[in-house]
Amino acid sequence: MTKPKPWLSLSGIGVFAVLLLAVAPLVLTDHWLNNLGKYCCWAIAAVGIGLAWGRGGMLVMGQGVFFALGAYAMAMHLTLETAGDRIPGFMVLYDPLAPLPMFWEPFRSAGFTLLAIVLLPVLLAGLLGYALFKRRVKGAYFAILTQALAVALATLISSTIRETGGDTGLSDFKYFFGFVLNDPANKLMVYLIAAALLIVCLLAVWQLYRSRFGELLVATRDAEERVRFLGYDPANVKLVAFVVSALMASIGGAMFVPIVGIITPAEIGAAASVLMIAGVALGGRASLFGPALGAMAVGWGQSSLGSTWPEGWTYILGLLFIVVILFLPNGLSSLPARFAAARRRPAEQPAPAIAVAELEEVRS
Amino acid sequence: MTDDSLVVTDLHVEFSGFVAVGGVSFDAHPGEVRFLIGPNGAGKTTCIDAVTGLAKATGSARLGERELLGRPVHKIVRLGIGRTFQTASVFDELTVLQNLDIAAGRHRPSVSLLRARRGVEESIEQALEETGLAGELATPAGILSHGQKQWLEIAMLLVQDAKVLLLDEPVAGMSQDERTATGELLQRIAAKRIVLVVEHDMDFMRRFATRVTVLHQGKVLSQGTVADVQADPRVQEVYLGTAGAATTAAMSAVPEPVAGTRQGQED
Repeated sequence: MTKPKPWLSLSGIGVFAVLLLAVAPLVLTDHWLNNLGKYCCWAIAAVGIGLAWGRGGMLVMGQGVFFALGAYAMAMHLTLETAGDRIPGFMVLYDPLAPLPMFWEPFRSAGFTLLAIVLLPVLLAGLLGYALFKRRVKGAYFAILTQALAVALATLISSTIRETGGDTGLSDFKYFFGFVLNDPANKLMVYLIAAALLIVCLLAVWQLYRSRFGELLVATRDAEERVRFLGYDPANVKLVAFVVSALMASIGGAMFVPIVGIITPAEIGAAASVLMIAGVALGGRASLFGPALGAMAVGWGQSSLGSTWPEGWTYILGLLFIVVILFLPNGLSSLPARFAAARRRPAEQPAPAIAVAELEEVRS
Repeated sequence: MTDDSLVVTDLHVEFSGFVAVGGVSFDAHPGEVRFLIGPNGAGKTTCIDAVTGLAKATGSARLGERELLGRPVHKIVRLGIGRTFQTASVFDELTVLQNLDIAAGRHRPSVSLLRARRGVEESIEQALEETGLAGELATPAGILSHGQKQWLEIAMLLVQDAKVLLLDEPVAGMSQDERTATGELLQRIAAKRIVLVVEHDMDFMRRFATRVTVLHQGKVLSQGTVADVQADPRVQEVYLGTAGAATTAAMSAVPEPVAGTRQGQED
């Protein structure tokens, strides 16, 4: 893999930041700015997936779980903020007399909520990762396990209507930490926070990728046993990447709630988790910008094509996914390098070697 | 017996009932190029697997005062045991420098992992010089020649500052010149470290071994200098299948057995 110069990537992030934070608010309508905010949330989760899957080789198929932790923590706080001293409306519907569930109580505090958004995914991913990586669970087993967890959590939320809102989810938030959400100025602020967080996450992985840890992570992905024989415990290396990716998914989920205004189990279940992966694969999982841009593209496709032609959109997405995996295993972001390589030596094509490596990884 | 010798005593390794290694004892000291030879399936690689924690074993393997058996792989490595594999296993996507930098990493504090590398560490430069890879600093390891990959692996053991280098068929597939270069490299390294080589190549063994242990069917058949071992009639019998009639010279005529019969043992 040829490595682009670090300053080039950094200025890339700078351009991206200007586009998101300065240009987009000026040129986009409120409606599309809100949509862009939503894509930013998915992109934040995608950046984490790029780290865990693209660089770390862990196919995290259940990032919806961590997305949900952040989203529901935020949604519970906003619901309580909206309800004030009373019990949230949807709970009264099911049982007017019962008190607020115990686990809701601490989410009245803004500080606790913010802490929970950060700590819950770190703790859960830490525990889960420790248990799995120390036992050397990897490849398809790891993927299926994380996916099952997302299904289980979605089912749990669906079945606890009074405690979590069930399938209808949590919605109708009026305030965001004291700001009225209906106010366009506040909406802009929420968008800017999400966009800024995306930039921060990109900067974080940029530093991780150029650091020694980034090299060690790639080494662990490609030859875990060899890393062990250099005196490292690969489980710890993977654990760090997994926890960071979980944290990013949680942050994405937390910002999703005030921007979209509703969170339901459908946004965090198996299908949603796979959709997050799809964006990453499309964009290029091992690259810096690929995951974020891929996720935004999938998000945009979903809200434009997905609303005008919903049946067709699923097929288009599926087809696109297959084409990219078959012919561009490193995603769309590998296209420029491909063209450059093809121009330099039209006869030689490095493609087969890459494809074989890809297959090996899936098998392991 | 000095403090920094590798002493293996009565090593037993079983794979679901099959005794791969049954009571092998040998020792290795700095200053000698130690060879472990034997026909295919003799248990040579399994001995290395046991010492490095890859295969479960009973008995004892000590580096100085420290017992190695029973510890997890990465902890054994941290005690100073390094190894290579039959097939060169370097990180293909990373450059030579990156490969070596990762190998050097266990002496650095974990926090330093979060920073990018600046410059080339001295130990890495020395290892590059020693193994003749100085010109390949920025080359992705995946496109190195087979011999260069093996040298990179040895260089990785050097920057890792391994006290013991366990080399599994380091010259397999190398040209004659490369073999000579490797042998001379090993002799230089052995001045300060323990070098234990598992090999099929009799010619290479004869040229560079100071002491040899011959394994056969999981047991030690013979032990001593190259001359001792070659004169041992039991060794001749094992390698030629006919007792007595063999001459020592005939040993070199033994075809090189096919590598890669221990697939099942590795998991």
